[in-house]
Amino acid sequence: MTAISVSGLRKTYPGRPPVEAVRGIDLTVRRGECFGVLGPNGAGKTTTIEILEGLLSPTAGRVEVFGMSWDTQADEIRQVIGISLQETRLAEKLSVLETVTLFRSFYRNGLEPHEAIRRVGLEDKTDAWIRDLSGGQKQRVAVATALIGRPQLLFLDEPTTGLDPASRRDLWGILTDFRSSGGTILLTTHYMDEAERLCDRVAIIDQGRILALDSPRQLIRALQADHVIELQVRPEGSDLSFLTDLESVEQVRDDGEAVCLSVAEPHIAIPRILEQLASRGLKLTGLTTRQASLEDVFVQLTGRHLNDRLPDRPPDSGG
Amino acid sequence: MSPFRQLLMSRIRLFLREPAAVFWVYAFPLVMVFSLGTAFRSQPVERVLVDVVRNSHAAEAAQALAESRLFRVTITDLPEAQRRLRIGRTELIVEKPHADPASVRYTFDPTRPGSLVARNAADDILQRAAGRRDVLAVTDIRSIQPGGRYIDFLIPGLIGMGLMGGGMWGVGFATVDLRIRKLLRRLLATPMKRSHFLGAMIISRMLFTIPEVFIIVLISRWFFSVQVQGDLSALFVVILGGAIQFSGIGLLVASRATTLETVSGLMNAVMIPMWIASGIFFSPDRFPDYLQPAIACLPLTPLIATLRQVMLEGAGLADITIGLGTIFTWGIVTFLLALKLFRWQ
Repeated sequence: MTAISVSGLRKTYPGRPPVEAVRGIDLTVRRGECFGVLGPNGAGKTTTIEILEGLLSPTAGRVEVFGMSWDTQADEIRQVIGISLQETRLAEKLSVLETVTLFRSFYRNGLEPHEAIRRVGLEDKTDAWIRDLSGGQKQRVAVATALIGRPQLLFLDEPTTGLDPASRRDLWGILTDFRSSGGTILLTTHYMDEAERLCDRVAIIDQGRILALDSPRQLIRALQADHVIELQVRPEGSDLSFLTDLESVEQVRDDGEAVCLSVAEPHIAIPRILEQLASRGLKLTGLTTRQASLEDVFVQLTGRHLNDRLPDRPPDSGG
Repeated sequence: MSPFRQLLMSRIRLFLREPAAVFWVYAFPLVMVFSLGTAFRSQPVERVLVDVVRNSHAAEAAQALAESRLFRVTITDLPEAQRRLRIGRTELIVEKPHADPASVRYTFDPTRPGSLVARNAADDILQRAAGRRDVLAVTDIRSIQPGGRYIDFLIPGLIGMGLMGGGMWGVGFATVDLRIRKLLRRLLATPMKRSHFLGAMIISRMLFTIPEVFIIVLISRWFFSVQVQGDLSALFVVILGGAIQFSGIGLLVASRATTLETVSGLMNAVMIPMWIASGIFFSPDRFPDYLQPAIACLPLTPLIATLRQVMLEGAGLADITIGLGTIFTWGIVTFLLALKLFRWQ
C-alpha cells in the first residue's frame, strides 16, 4: 500500500528568470518505510516536501497522500500527517505542555499531551517555557507537535540541522520508535550518515531532479567499487591518473587535499599502488581506506560534493 | 478542549507574559489621562498678569487692580514692561501718565484674546475707582455645565485613541510576529480552521482592550469627575464596536506584511491622519470645509463622535444607530477583506 505517490512534479517560481526548483519528480513512498530525500542545499528538497505537505501548490504534476488529493481532501490529509518544518520558532512564552495541548486541539484523534511529551523525552521540561529550552529540546517539541495527532505519516524537513551529535542521536531514536509502531516517514536531509542510518530508501536529488533512488546499500553497491582509498603524495599535485590502469581501481579523482581512488578490492590494489608510486619516485605521505558512502555516490553522480555537511553552517535558505 | 478556546487561551497567556505589552496597553493610556487631565482640568480662573508702569501714580492704580482679585500686578519700568508684553509674560501695560493723572494709557496686543479681556476688565476697575457709577442693576448667574470642560471633551477622544492603538498594534504586531516565526505556516499545516485563528486574534484583543477602556472611564470619573451622560450599555456597545473596528483594520494592515518594519510603517501611515484629524484632542470642525468629507471618511472620526454623543450629550442607542452602523461596518468589511488577502506564509 502506498503512502505517497508523486508523478511529473514540477515547481517553477515566477521571476526573471523563473526559478525551476523542481523539474519533474516521480516517486512512491510505501507505507511503513522511512524515505529520505538527500541532496545539497538548493537542490529542491524543501520545495518538494512542502508540496507533499500541502503548503505549496505544484506548477504541474500529481500528488496523492494515502490516495487522497490536496485539491479535494486537504482537511482529511492534515488529520493523518504530522509535520516538522525546517525552521519554526514556536511561541517563546508558552510552556511545552501548553504548546503541545494547543496542537492537540486541532486533531480529531490524538495522543494525550503528556504522552507526546514522554515520547520525545521531555517529561522534566513539561512546564518550562519554549524560550528556556536548548536547540535540541526545541526540535523535540516540534516533533512532539508533529506526533500529537497520531499521524500515520511524518514529514520532517532537515530535522537535525544545527543540532549537536547527542541531540541528533536522541531524535533518531524517537523516529526509530515511530517507525517500529508502523508509521511512515519522509524526511529531507543533507547528512549522509542520517540517510544511511534511518532510511530504507533514499532519493538523491540535485537541481530539481532525482538522480538515483534505492536503498542506501544498493546505491553504494552500484558504485561497483565500494571502497575508497585516499592518498597523499609528494610532490603535491602530481598527476596520478595512471593508477586507473591498475587492477581493481575503478576511478581516480583529485580532491585537492587527497587523491581518491574508487576500489573494488583494496587488498589487491594497495600493493600495486605502492609499487607504482615508488617506481615513479613519488613519496607517499598519507593513505587511508574506508567504505564508500552515499557521499561518494553523490560525487559519482554529479561530480560535486554535498559541499555543506558541516553542522555549523547557516540553515538551508529554502530550495 | 475546543481549538478556538485553545487559540484564545494561548493569545491571552502570551499577552499576560509580556510585561511590556501589558504596560503599553493598560498603563500608558492611564498616564495619558492623568497627565493631560491634570494639565487641562478646569482650574479656578487664573489671575491675569498686568504690568503697571512705575511712577508716582503707580501704587494707587496697582492697588485698585489687585483688590479686584482678577489681576496679578507687577510694577515695573516701561521698557521692561514692553519686553514682558512681547514675550507673553504680561497681557497688558497700564500707565497713568505723571503729567495727566486724569488719563490712562493701555498697551496691549489686540490679537491675543487674554490681552483684550484684560484691557476691558482693567478699564472697568480703574473707571469705577475714579468714581464712575454704573446705571444698570446687574445680576450674574454663574452656570457651569456638566460636560463642558476640556477634560470632558478629551476623555472620549483618548478612549477612541486607546481603541485604535490597542486594536492596531495588538492584532497587527502579533500577526506579523507569528508570520516571521513561520508559526502561521506551521499552524496552516494542521487541520486548524483559519477562521478560528483569526477570530481568536480579534477576540483576545477585545478582551484586553475593553477593560482598558472601562478603567479609563472609571479613573476619569474618580479623579476628574468626568460623567457619562448617556447610559452605560450604549457606551459598552460603542466601545465593543470600536474594538472590533480597529482589530479588523489592524488585521487588514498586517494581512500581507512580512517584516515588523513594514507593519510599523503601515500602522503609522494609517494612524497619523486620525491622530491629527479625527478629533482626539480638538474638534475636527477646526479644519477647513474642503477637508471635512475626507475627515469623515477616517474610521476613527465616527467612533469618537459617537463616544462624545453618548458621554457628553447623553445619547441612547436609538440616537446613534448611524454612527454604530458605520463603526461595525468598518470592522466587518476589514475583517472579511483581511480573511481574503491574508498571507499565511
